[in-house]
Amino acid sequence: MKEFNIYLTGVGGQGIGLLSQTLLRGADHAGLKVIGVDTHGLAQRGGVVVSRIRCGSHVFSPLTLSHTCDLVLGMEIHEALRGMNTAMKQGGALVYMDLSWQPLPVRLNQSPEITAEDIVGACRQFDARCIEVKPKGLPDARMQNMALVGTVAKHGLIPGVSKSDYAKALEDLLKGEMLTRNLDVFNRYAG
Amino acid sequence: MKKLGELLVQEDSFEEILMGNQALVRAMVETKTLVVTSYPGSPTPEIATAIMDIPEAHTPFYFEFSVNEKVATEVAFGAALNGNLSCVFFKSVGLNVALDSFVQLGLLNIIGGMVVVVVDDPGANSSQNEQDNRNIYRMAKAIVLEPASPKEAYEYYKVAARLAAAQKTIVVLRLTTHVCHARQKISFAGYKQDKGYKTDFDTKNGPYIPLTVLALEMKRLALKRTAPVLSFIRESGLNRVKTRSDSRGKGIITSGLTWLSVLDALEQAAYRPNILKLGFTNPLDPEVILDFLKANEQVLILEELDDILENQIKAMAYDQGLSTVIIGKTDDTDFIGEFTPDKTFDKILNTWPEMMPAQDKNKAQKFPLLAVPERPAQMCPGCGHRSAFFAVKQALKKNDVTVADIGCHTLGYMPPYEVGQVLLCMGASPGIASGLSLNNTQKKVVAFLGDSTFFHAGLPGVINTIFNHHNITLIIMENGTTAMTGHQDHAGRSINIETLLKGLGIEQILTCDTYNQERLTDHVKTALGTQGISVVIARHPCMLKFTRSQQKKQGYVRKHISIDPSTCTRIHACVEKFGCPSFVRNPDQSVGVNMDLCIGDGSCRPSCPEQALGFERKEE
Ligand SMILES: Cc1ncc(C[n+]2csc(CCOP(=O)(O)OP(=O)(O)O)c2C)c(N)n1
Repeated sequence: MKEFNIYLTGVGGQGIGLLSQTLLRGADHAGLKVIGVDTHGLAQRGGVVVSRIRCGSHVFSPLTLSHTCDLVLGMEIHEALRGMNTAMKQGGALVYMDLSWQPLPVRLNQSPEITAEDIVGACRQFDARCIEVKPKGLPDARMQNMALVGTVAKHGLIPGVSKSDYAKALEDLLKGEMLTRNLDVFNRYAG
Repeated sequence: MKKLGELLVQEDSFEEILMGNQALVRAMVETKTLVVTSYPGSPTPEIATAIMDIPEAHTPFYFEFSVNEKVATEVAFGAALNGNLSCVFFKSVGLNVALDSFVQLGLLNIIGGMVVVVVDDPGANSSQNEQDNRNIYRMAKAIVLEPASPKEAYEYYKVAARLAAAQKTIVVLRLTTHVCHARQKISFAGYKQDKGYKTDFDTKNGPYIPLTVLALEMKRLALKRTAPVLSFIRESGLNRVKTRSDSRGKGIITSGLTWLSVLDALEQAAYRPNILKLGFTNPLDPEVILDFLKANEQVLILEELDDILENQIKAMAYDQGLSTVIIGKTDDTDFIGEFTPDKTFDKILNTWPEMMPAQDKNKAQKFPLLAVPERPAQMCPGCGHRSAFFAVKQALKKNDVTVADIGCHTLGYMPPYEVGQVLLCMGASPGIASGLSLNNTQKKVVAFLGDSTFFHAGLPGVINTIFNHHNITLIIMENGTTAMTGHQDHAGRSINIETLLKGLGIEQILTCDTYNQERLTDHVKTALGTQGISVVIARHPCMLKFTRSQQKKQGYVRKHISIDPSTCTRIHACVEKFGCPSFVRNPDQSVGVNMDLCIGDGSCRPSCPEQALGFERKEE
């Protein structure tokens, strides 16, 4: 593979760090050359978090050129659209969590909330595949990231990386009960 | 994967995917760095987190968070005078605080050697500016290495350590944000642990007292070091030239992460220029640079922030009478922000259009994009600072002046609170407020200060208000931790701020928990009515830290706030004025609670005049 770029985004506190590390390690287990970077600024404070992962033999910087990402993962609906607006490649794929953590201007009634229709419209513009993930029934908000990893695995969205590669990645990163609980969610969404 | 801390001290070699910040710690271990100090600041905190993950029984070196960057530098320097290799690390603006000590270090014979890791933040991702500290390294005669990736951060630290020990000096490892936070697989070497702290300080290794004549002598000795340092640089091979047969006389000089941006941008090029990648950016090695200039007809210098390489390289070419065309920064935007792959691509495209074929890289933007509402950083649910701002605001008159300081509470400047109208840097608020208060009888002046910042650089300003009789109210936002940078410990663990201020002779000190809204408002009113300095200590533990520790406990029951629809009159005080991010505004203008965010602290309850906010219990 020459180049496969992934753009992950969400809100500080959603656990995007573990999501990104799982995909990075999954790709490594699959034998891909891979590099990633988190951009979190002061993200603990509910700001935007972005992470990028780049796989392939022809990638150098962990940062990506705009609109070159094959896969955009949004942990939250506003961030999913913001992510597409900067990163989505024509004909790429979006996986997003159907969940809204209202940004300040929405709460102050200064801006409308982004809706699922907005996302569908944007995917049409980018000619991108749109996969929506429902967070319903998750034991804990901190497991939302696993629902996304599971969905990525189910649809084989990162070429060459299989379900067992992600599972191995999780085994690297988590231990004991944490591992069991996360694997549970992962498997449920990976199908 | 082994626990990170265990991995970092394992004596056998290994391969692992690590972040730049973590890889650095392995380099410290392998090089037998024996004393490491720091003051927290993004993007460096993960270095300390990795160090603190090392099991106590295997601690490879002494580590401390010092009270500020200057003290951290001094402690590392002192340890190195004893013959130990030492390291201090901090963020870009930390160098401003450390500067008075730092500028001396290049003049001294530091027998153990010292590595100074400073992380610049092009793009100001998490800093109050994007200052280019390379300006300072020239003045300080400091040797500088610039890695481009986590792998290079690990390798270059080892080179820096070797050079610092050999030349008995400081070597700066200049990182940038996305080098610290990148992750990649790295092969780490093995090593043998042996601690053996030394206490070999001896004035014979001096001079160490830089008075008049000696100061000049020390500078002369420092300048003499250039020749051996240049030969070390040449032997290291870290200034690398990659030549191409199809370069058409074009060359690029670059360093650090920008180098990787160049490689990405050139993936789409019609032909490839020669590249000189500088690993050592101070002192510049004229030999490799002049050879490169002579070998190319046009040379583009790609560097983030200031034109440091450009000016020196142009001077070298001028001295040699070279006719090579040297292209550097051409407009203001070249001085601003990161040289991302996009920016680098555009710069090369503008310089040599025929090298970069007509691009459709912006194709995606050809249709209008739907705007997404901004998501500024927020104070967390339950944050005591929010309650403080809410209560303080009730006591302030419209024209009163509020001076912010650095920390989570800086966010009080945003709507809906809008408390905090001017900000410089850590610890500046008492001084700024003092100046604003001079000859000012109409408006009250209020300064805010976090507790970590109080010790870091706030104290001299506070003492100045006493000594010079300034008339200000100081509100200390005491949450018991250095919250903004990830909950590092600070001197407040050993020193009680209230007792300290009493000891300084301040008479009006009023303390209360910020959730106690009425009392806090009263305290602020009383303080504002006091002549001279008055202090309010607005106290509440950091709720992010507190909630995390609670969640780890057995049988933790998470509470939530619920809104009683029969009492709620939709005046929106909770969502608009108190502004906790847990509140949700529904399309029908009713208010809801985001259960993922609400921690059930109840701090919002006093904000509702209708008393519609109550508790709802939920088992975790
Ligand atoms: C000179 C300098 N060093 C470090 C930092 C990084 N920094 C930003 S906020 C902060 C801590 C503030 O802690 P505190 O004063 O306790 O306020 P809190 O965030 O806990 O509210 C630090 C260290 C900085 N901005 N400037």
